[in-house]
Amino acid sequence: MSMDTVLVRTYDAPPVRRGEILRYAGVRGEGRELAPLLSECLEEVDSVLHYSVCYAEFPIYRTESILDLGFATTTSRDLQKNLAGCSSGLVFAATVGLGIDRLIARYARISPTKALLFQAIGAERIESLCEVFCRELSEDQGEYLLHPRFSPGYGDLPLAFQKDIFARLDCPKNIGLHLNQSLLLSPTKSVTALVGREKRES
Amino acid sequence: MNILSYLKENLVFLDGGMGTLLQSEGLRAGELPERWNLSHPEIIRRIHRAYFEAGSNIVSTNTFGANRLKFSAEELDEIVSAALANARAAQEGIDHPTFVALDIGPTGRMLRPYGDLDFEDAVALFAETVRLGVKYGVDLIFIETMNDSLETKAALLAAKENSALPVFVSNAYGADGKLMTGADPLAMVTMLEGLGADAIGVNCSLGPKALSGVVEEYLRYASIPVLLKPNAGLPKAVNGETVYDVLPTEFSEEVSSLVRKGVRLVGGCCGTTPEYIAATVAATKTMSPVAIEPKNLTSVSSYTHAVLFGEAPILIGERINPTGKKRLKEALRNHEIDYLLNEGIAQEEKGVSILDVNVGLPEIDECEMLVTAVSELQAVLDLPLQIDTADPVAMEAALRRYNGKAMLNSVNGKKESMDAVFPLAKKYGGLVVALTLDEQGIPETAEGRLAIAKKILASAREYGLSEKDLIFDPLAMTVSADPNAAKETLRALSLIRKELGCHTSLGVSNVSFGLPARDCINGTFFALALEHGLSAAIMNPFSDEMMKTYYTYRALHGLDENFGDYIAFAQTLPQATSATVATTLKASSPEPISSELQKAIIQGRKEQAASLTRSLLGAVAPLKIVQNEIIPALDTVGVGFEKKTVYLPQLLMSAEAAKSAFEVIKEAIPSSEAAGKKGRIVLATVEGDIHDIGKNIVKLLLENYGFAVTDLGRDVPPEKIVSEAKRLGVQLIGLSALMTTTVPAMEETIRQLKKVLPSCKIVVGGAVLTKEYADMIGADRYAKDAMETVRYAEEIYETEQCN
Repeated sequence: MSMDTVLVRTYDAPPVRRGEILRYAGVRGEGRELAPLLSECLEEVDSVLHYSVCYAEFPIYRTESILDLGFATTTSRDLQKNLAGCSSGLVFAATVGLGIDRLIARYARISPTKALLFQAIGAERIESLCEVFCRELSEDQGEYLLHPRFSPGYGDLPLAFQKDIFARLDCPKNIGLHLNQSLLLSPTKSVTALVGREKRES
Repeated sequence: MNILSYLKENLVFLDGGMGTLLQSEGLRAGELPERWNLSHPEIIRRIHRAYFEAGSNIVSTNTFGANRLKFSAEELDEIVSAALANARAAQEGIDHPTFVALDIGPTGRMLRPYGDLDFEDAVALFAETVRLGVKYGVDLIFIETMNDSLETKAALLAAKENSALPVFVSNAYGADGKLMTGADPLAMVTMLEGLGADAIGVNCSLGPKALSGVVEEYLRYASIPVLLKPNAGLPKAVNGETVYDVLPTEFSEEVSSLVRKGVRLVGGCCGTTPEYIAATVAATKTMSPVAIEPKNLTSVSSYTHAVLFGEAPILIGERINPTGKKRLKEALRNHEIDYLLNEGIAQEEKGVSILDVNVGLPEIDECEMLVTAVSELQAVLDLPLQIDTADPVAMEAALRRYNGKAMLNSVNGKKESMDAVFPLAKKYGGLVVALTLDEQGIPETAEGRLAIAKKILASAREYGLSEKDLIFDPLAMTVSADPNAAKETLRALSLIRKELGCHTSLGVSNVSFGLPARDCINGTFFALALEHGLSAAIMNPFSDEMMKTYYTYRALHGLDENFGDYIAFAQTLPQATSATVATTLKASSPEPISSELQKAIIQGRKEQAASLTRSLLGAVAPLKIVQNEIIPALDTVGVGFEKKTVYLPQLLMSAEAAKSAFEVIKEAIPSSEAAGKKGRIVLATVEGDIHDIGKNIVKLLLENYGFAVTDLGRDVPPEKIVSEAKRLGVQLIGLSALMTTTVPAMEETIRQLKKVLPSCKIVVGGAVLTKEYADMIGADRYAKDAMETVRYAEEIYETEQCN
């Protein structure tokens, strides 16, 4: 694919991992007494979620302590470690949409318990989306191996790196994802990340 | 020639993609294309020229992202000036009619409440670009690729307020047929026609075929020209090149089939080139434009959907109105927005389609409160709202911020009223409730009220409004004062419906004033009114009689497919068994119930906690219930949480159950007694941070433990926190921040608070904070969770009481 192209993929709902949701909600153990409420929340959230991802390729050049990714440069040591051995990579942004933020805001006013569960559901949903997307990508890679995804804010890669990702991917237009001035993502249940590509040992 | 007069007689051809062509000319990813107006004018001119030569009538300037977020004032001026010059140069010598549009795309930022760009800041940003376009002489303004309804409104308002030019508005729809923030085509048509757009339509996102459903919706509902600029399908990567999957011939065939259905302006977006435009011009050469029929729709909208007035009656929830409601008055005075939101949500759950919002109280700033109420309601529910105020300034302020097309309550036949309200309805769009009274009062006869309706309609026309923009309320008068009152109102309904063809509404419950069992009268009067042509009722959806009439009317008139709504409603009607349950509860002694109440709270059973409290109230003093039942139950759960045998969701469920018990107690005791709380605490999420779940949990628990909480919300500037803390004279302020990037805002807030209110204590919390961090930024205490905040608050206010 061209180094300029930004592609968009949309997905059906990945399978729900209830255990993960309860873990995000702060429950240790089975959380049996929450089961009916969680089911109610999952049913309510289903129709408002939209799973979309936009992504593009980038080259990797290294000069001394600087990592040049074509669309941005950084001195992050942790990112360098993550991308060690890679000659190119993919940058992506994923979101499950604004609908769940609206539900969270609504229930924050009438049922904080449900708001908390919607938060947890949102966290699990976006993580599941990222996993489905990365798994699908790694299946397309042939002779390349994908490294684990790495997001701004991990290790010493500053959150401000979001700005470079947004300039590269045009997230507002492609998937309705926005960056605010304090570098928060809106919709909140969204992720941006870099994924290195390393040639497999033959 | 003016573009609008050309459009009356002709199909209009727009241009195609710009960004994709610039990329093939060497524009790098991340580089701002608007700068190429200055650095590569020859390339920009060549592209514009190629579109004109392919047959485009309108090209859009290369100014999609030209706004002050990306450029300085000086550079923005240079860019718009150069962009105009480039487009004008390309026009020379073209022998068909050509025009230049100022292209305006989205800001790239999300508006509040889900983002951090204020609505008025968005209007100001667009206004700057519009004024430059006017200064350099564009022919029209083209607002495009907008995927949020509120941002679209900001751009259109800016265009209308800063120019007299024609404005075309185009939105980007997803594959689900909605904007990214949820609006469907009818919602957008309703809002944009209300705001006075000259042409509306669809661009980007998808190819022509995938957009055809959305385009057909536009054609079905719009009374103004519809435009279409689709992508050349979807991008694919083929051999290292970006390729779009719809080729010019296929593109032109699909576009021309939509022209045949009524689209009046066509062009292309991403991936299209002059070749696509030339093919489209050739394919539609022999077609004559389809005439645009006025649809005369009476409608209002929210940011997701519209409500059309027609055969089926529409319920407008009346409960957000302080008249005669002590608890709501108190909530408004104390700025308890949550109470108001709960009233809204509860009515939505009962099935109303529109919510009336009236927050007028002599002792509060109505304008500020109305704007707050409208914005906050729109953050948590998606019903269209009816802005209900006698103050035109408050009405305009709320209407301006409203996301959609609102209903306005109300105008009447007095000249002063019409002169104040009609200009607002014309400017912002709005469906106006018109009361049939004037300087002489309310006529007794139906004919008298019809005459006033006619007068109001004539005046509305002078302001550029029409029948479809008015809903007449012929006024339900009290039948106990005049036995003929109901009959005249019913006759007036028929007359207005038949003679003027306008829709009607009534505040139904007025009819029964002074009589016992008012609901019986109201329900029957509502049925009679519906049979006389009533379109909408402003009513209380908690009245079973009214709801019975509503559902049975729809069932009997064939407006309820398979009786689905009726059956669902019937299942909610109280069953005989519930009466038995109530008696049993009353009959048993308070002792077992009281331990039951503790159990209900501990297990987080909200409804039960409320009903058990209600049963206890007869036998036990309210404050005793709090001390002996609610607080011990909460303590059990709180201690469990601290020992990690109870987890956060369970803690919250208990807190909610306790809160519902408190609400019952609040109703039972005078507010002065309830106000004898432990003390007031101000909470806020700091500026720049939009996370508030942690703060909300803290709030709920503090309230449970008897503290009065003023919640300033999220993204709150330091100055506001300081001024509110000062005004309320609090001893404790809680601040929340979730991100490392917003901790500096917390630090600044603490600095300002310490300066103005040195004796005030500040407790902080949030995901990124630690005790060390909290100490470093000058907080008095770091609380790791909500229970710890409660303990700290108790510490502070106990010390206070000792002093």
